[in-house]
Amino acid sequence: METLWPQIEPVLARVTKPARYIGGELGARVPVHGPGRVAWLLVYPDTYEIGLPNQGLQILYEILNDRDDALAERSYAPWVDMEAEMRAAGLPFFSLEHHLPARSFDVLAFNLSAELVYTNVLNLIDLSAIPLHGADRGPADPLVVAGGHCAFNPEPLADFVDCFVLGDGEDVVGELNQLLAAWKSGRADPAGSPPTGPHGADRSALLRALSQIPGVYVPSCYEAPPACSGGADDPQGQRGLRPRFAETPALVEKRTLADLGASPYPRQQLVPLIEVVHDRLNVELFRGCTRGCRFCQAGMITRPVRERPAEQVRTMVADGLARTGYDEVALTSLSSADYSGIEQTVASIIDDPACSGQVSVSLPSLRVDAFTVATAAQIQRVRRTGLTFAPEGGTWRMRQVINKLIREEDLYAAVDAAFSQGWRRVKLYFLIGLPTETDEDTLGIVALARQCVEIGRRYHANVAVTASVGGFVPKAQTPFQWFGQNTIDELTRKVQLLREAARPVRGLTIRWHDPKATAVEGIVSRGDRRIGAVIEDVWRHGGTFQEWSEHFDLDRWTAALERAGLSLEEVVYRHRHRDEILPWDHLSAGLHREFLWQDWTDALAEHGLPDCRWTPCYDCGACTGFGIEHVVASAVPPAGGSQGTGQDLSTGGQVPVQFLTGPPVPSGGAERTPVSAGVVPAEEC
Amino acid sequence: MRLRIRFSKLGKIRFTSQRDVARMWERAIRRAGLPIAYTAGFSPRPQLAFGLALPTGCESLAEYVDVVLDDRGSAEASFDASAVGARLGRFLPDGLAVQAVAAVEGRIASVQQDVTSCQWDMSFLGLSRDELGDRIERLLGARSVLIVRERKGREEIDDLRPSIVAITLADGGSDADPDGGQGAVGLVAELSTRPRGVRPVEMIRGLVAVAAGGDGVGGVVAAAAGGGGFGAGPSARAGAGGGSGLVLERACRTKQWIERDGVRREPLAVRDNPVGSGRDVHAMERAS
Repeated sequence: METLWPQIEPVLARVTKPARYIGGELGARVPVHGPGRVAWLLVYPDTYEIGLPNQGLQILYEILNDRDDALAERSYAPWVDMEAEMRAAGLPFFSLEHHLPARSFDVLAFNLSAELVYTNVLNLIDLSAIPLHGADRGPADPLVVAGGHCAFNPEPLADFVDCFVLGDGEDVVGELNQLLAAWKSGRADPAGSPPTGPHGADRSALLRALSQIPGVYVPSCYEAPPACSGGADDPQGQRGLRPRFAETPALVEKRTLADLGASPYPRQQLVPLIEVVHDRLNVELFRGCTRGCRFCQAGMITRPVRERPAEQVRTMVADGLARTGYDEVALTSLSSADYSGIEQTVASIIDDPACSGQVSVSLPSLRVDAFTVATAAQIQRVRRTGLTFAPEGGTWRMRQVINKLIREEDLYAAVDAAFSQGWRRVKLYFLIGLPTETDEDTLGIVALARQCVEIGRRYHANVAVTASVGGFVPKAQTPFQWFGQNTIDELTRKVQLLREAARPVRGLTIRWHDPKATAVEGIVSRGDRRIGAVIEDVWRHGGTFQEWSEHFDLDRWTAALERAGLSLEEVVYRHRHRDEILPWDHLSAGLHREFLWQDWTDALAEHGLPDCRWTPCYDCGACTGFGIEHVVASAVPPAGGSQGTGQDLSTGGQVPVQFLTGPPVPSGGAERTPVSAGVVPAEEC
Repeated sequence: MRLRIRFSKLGKIRFTSQRDVARMWERAIRRAGLPIAYTAGFSPRPQLAFGLALPTGCESLAEYVDVVLDDRGSAEASFDASAVGARLGRFLPDGLAVQAVAAVEGRIASVQQDVTSCQWDMSFLGLSRDELGDRIERLLGARSVLIVRERKGREEIDDLRPSIVAITLADGGSDADPDGGQGAVGLVAELSTRPRGVRPVEMIRGLVAVAAGGDGVGGVVAAAAGGGGFGAGPSARAGAGGGSGLVLERACRTKQWIERDGVRREPLAVRDNPVGSGRDVHAMERAS
């Protein structure tokens, strides 16, 4: 394999941000290719600046490169100017470490974090000179794999991706590699040497073998039974997929890493040469979230909660800062203020003499009912990082529907804490287009934000509150998966409503996500296999980088839908009924369908459901199905706010705690070791 | 304590910007455990002052950064400059290398204020040595060379000629590669920083303009924006005028000069302040 660098180098002089394509980051590996190693190209299908910080990709990069029988390089989507140069010069998609053509790898593995990147996935397969459709690939073609949150409804990409991985990738990537090592030894290489391995050149045999690995979904091993075709809701029989082979599982269940403490990755976070998003040290505090916000796919599909031991967090932060030279660390998770002993953890980082008072700590995803003056005081000691709260709904009624059980007082207390500690700018996230939403709920957003501005004025003459408003997109594997998304017109009307109401409020700015882009996210998020043709159509008409407003064009999508005999009404706006077969029913994130339906009806009845870390289990299926439990250091919630109970818990530790009495017997995999909840006495908060 | 560091930027890393390089230094200093001084205020920043920005894509053998170290409370009363340079070098990314370090005593002007001209090595594809020589002659012979350049998003017409101190053909440029193709030909240019700095791509535009101007020797020639330039793409190569075929292959800043009262010197010369020699150099060449 020969590096393409000599051909790439002259091209770089003519493109914007050429350093996107040079590699050379601190922490980048220089892997050695050879016959005994499966070569993975890990791809984030968006620009370098967006993709490089992705922690999932970096974790797999290290795990694979630490193996004797694997190696991994990385690549990101070339920007449109670079792509044009590459196509003009006949240059294929290439890796950043050795600048090798993508085709020379055994595996192309895509990270799917957002729906709008799907056309980029097709573009990169094509730019790699790999047949676009899995069905057209032969013995010399790499295997195309995808994982990430969007893999929980993979059907829109089923035609293009050979296999999907559901859930945490840390363990399953090794199992995949073992199988692929055997395949590689038999893979016909472009030079034409004959296959010798157990699978030989037989791609379909490989795919069948892959489909038997738990957590791996191979779309070509599934088909719709003929009897299902032609139903009113499923005119082309694209749902209710059944395995084609006896050994293929009827239900693919996600993989779950039982113990985050056993996986201290990334050990060597990549430090880019150019500025990227989240340009700082990132240390994952915990995975999973049980707050139970019903709109939140991430919270639903990553259960249960698995905290990283506090000592390990401190070690990873100290080692990471010394190694990278960063002066900011983000403690990441879906709700960082929920981490047991968060205040002590933040304080111990800032007080570390090695940080010499110059390291700032940021906590993305702050819940207002867990954000206290003490936390605010800690994180502002070095420099004030941006502060964002996410009340999501404008009224208590709305927040009961979506199960974001924070009271107005919680928000005001959090905002008061922030302003009193010197912040002058606060950002608030809201969703519009939620189930049962009335105009009163929508306008509640402005009422809340206006009150926040007034609180700020008690401390500062000039304050800025920004309310960022996104259109709600129902996601697979959530209680809202049955809900018909708001139309573009309806979302536009609500945005107008908000803008008008906010206009007289000095200090308040409304920002909103384009309702047209929201509609397209809806096409993909709950689409079935027929959406593959739509994505391909949009890509063939030049629609790449659809999450970039300057490249987004709704007309391409509606025209493509029409050509496929589909419409926004059918795919996006329609409510699903209880018995309808959903396109992802053969895939499981561990949540019982009955639980999700019950939660949906609870939502419509405006019933909240408290956080199960601190209240009795209501058997959603996430723990019991996998024989694992929450791993949390503190059995009581931190003091302050309502902690998702809707009650005032200012003294802390008031919520009755009842964990499962013992680890349940795993239903299938004896190889999974049950992990007991690491319950220790609550630290003094 | 203030240190002046001279460093090189070579290879792939030339595609990073000046801002990127500044961040690399901040991180390298922290990784090396050097107690860099921070600015006061709400958002403290490390005290680093860089010299004239190097255009993205250009290499250099003569970049400068002044670093302020906070030696209060430090066990070492002052830092051994050359040892600091060697230590920092281990934490810089591939392609950046410390060439010289010296402690700065007292107040001196910043590199940015002091430097009067920069010397460049450039190599071109698409022209023979004789053709390039002819272009240089015309450019130097012109009274005025007007080019269009972009400043803060606006296009402005500027006279390039006063900023060109000298251009000479490099030695040894070959007319033909061993394999028959036309090889690169080189030149050495000294470009003034005053009244306004000239970037290599802007000088190339001048070389394009003199060809288009034809008989413009001694007179005024003008170039349109986008003619020729750094790694000019197919479109620029096919552009109007005699500029077709002029492609800058590589540009490297080899020296920055401070000229005062007819005497030229560098902000920090490599030979006097080598890194890792163990010699503590305080013989900083003062600017005044």
